[in-house]
Amino acid sequence: MKFGVVRFPGSCDEVDAQLAAARVGEAVLLWHADRDLQGVDAVIVPGGFSYGDYLRAGAIARFAPVMDAVAEFARDGGLVLGICNGFQVCCEAGLLPGALLPNTGLRFVCRQVQLEVVNASTPFTAGCAEGERLSIPVKHTTGRYYAPAPLLDAMSERGQIVLRYAPGENPNGSIQDVAGVCNEAGNVFGLMPHPEHAVDALTGSADGLALFASMASAAGPRPLARA
Amino acid sequence: MRVRVLVRPKAGILDPQGQVVQRALPALGFEGVRNVHVGRLVELELDDPGQLPEMCERLLTNPLVEDYEVLGEDGAPLAQPAGDALR
Repeated sequence: MKFGVVRFPGSCDEVDAQLAAARVGEAVLLWHADRDLQGVDAVIVPGGFSYGDYLRAGAIARFAPVMDAVAEFARDGGLVLGICNGFQVCCEAGLLPGALLPNTGLRFVCRQVQLEVVNASTPFTAGCAEGERLSIPVKHTTGRYYAPAPLLDAMSERGQIVLRYAPGENPNGSIQDVAGVCNEAGNVFGLMPHPEHAVDALTGSADGLALFASMASAAGPRPLARA
Repeated sequence: MRVRVLVRPKAGILDPQGQVVQRALPALGFEGVRNVHVGRLVELELDDPGQLPEMCERLLTNPLVEDYEVLGEDGAPLAQPAGDALR
């Protein structure tokens, strides 16, 4: 299992994401200006402030050459995980439904939150139980998930609401406490909380590891290279 | 030609920036102010105004959450969204 973590100018969580993924597989960095995904089995679009988040968070990054390759990879069924800014980039790129808006409180929020697993049948949450609580930190200013009501209803029906903030834990005013969503096919998943910062009890929680481990199981062992 | 693109949060979507400004104004003695919304202004010069709708919908705005209006040099509207886009 080989993860590729995208590095944009302004990314800041790509190394943590790489270290987290390296606990369950191999992990390499992918440069934003390259279209070559180096044969990875899964792509992580990490947190940070890609291209300074000018105009809107993620608006410029979606046009990076690497994102063409990531979109094609996703179309072919490859696993793509968007974390925080990576979630915003995936929404702007149309890989995920909805948009992320400024927090209701207009402030940067940095704290541990409790999440509830709504759908445990995705490749990203298969190692969790439905209704399970995960303790994972958030750190963002633009994390208020929004989708128009008809779209949100359809998503809910299709199981695309994967994670919600537990009651009373919503840090940003996200509609219906949505914390993480997937696409219709279920192979692209984005969330505002940072599972890569919750992979070791030393830093408060190892609950985030379940997401990386689920991805590794879903992608399966790498086939042996042919001679 | 020189144009101005006005970008606004779509009606019905919570606009916390607008709310904060609306609450701040009475604190300075400006009473009777309603419906404050904070958007974005993009000024640009271009050769082909026919490109404006696509430019606005693909980059300058996120059509899911924002509306736009393009004004020419004389302030007359040049372009606006064709309809609600669901992405």
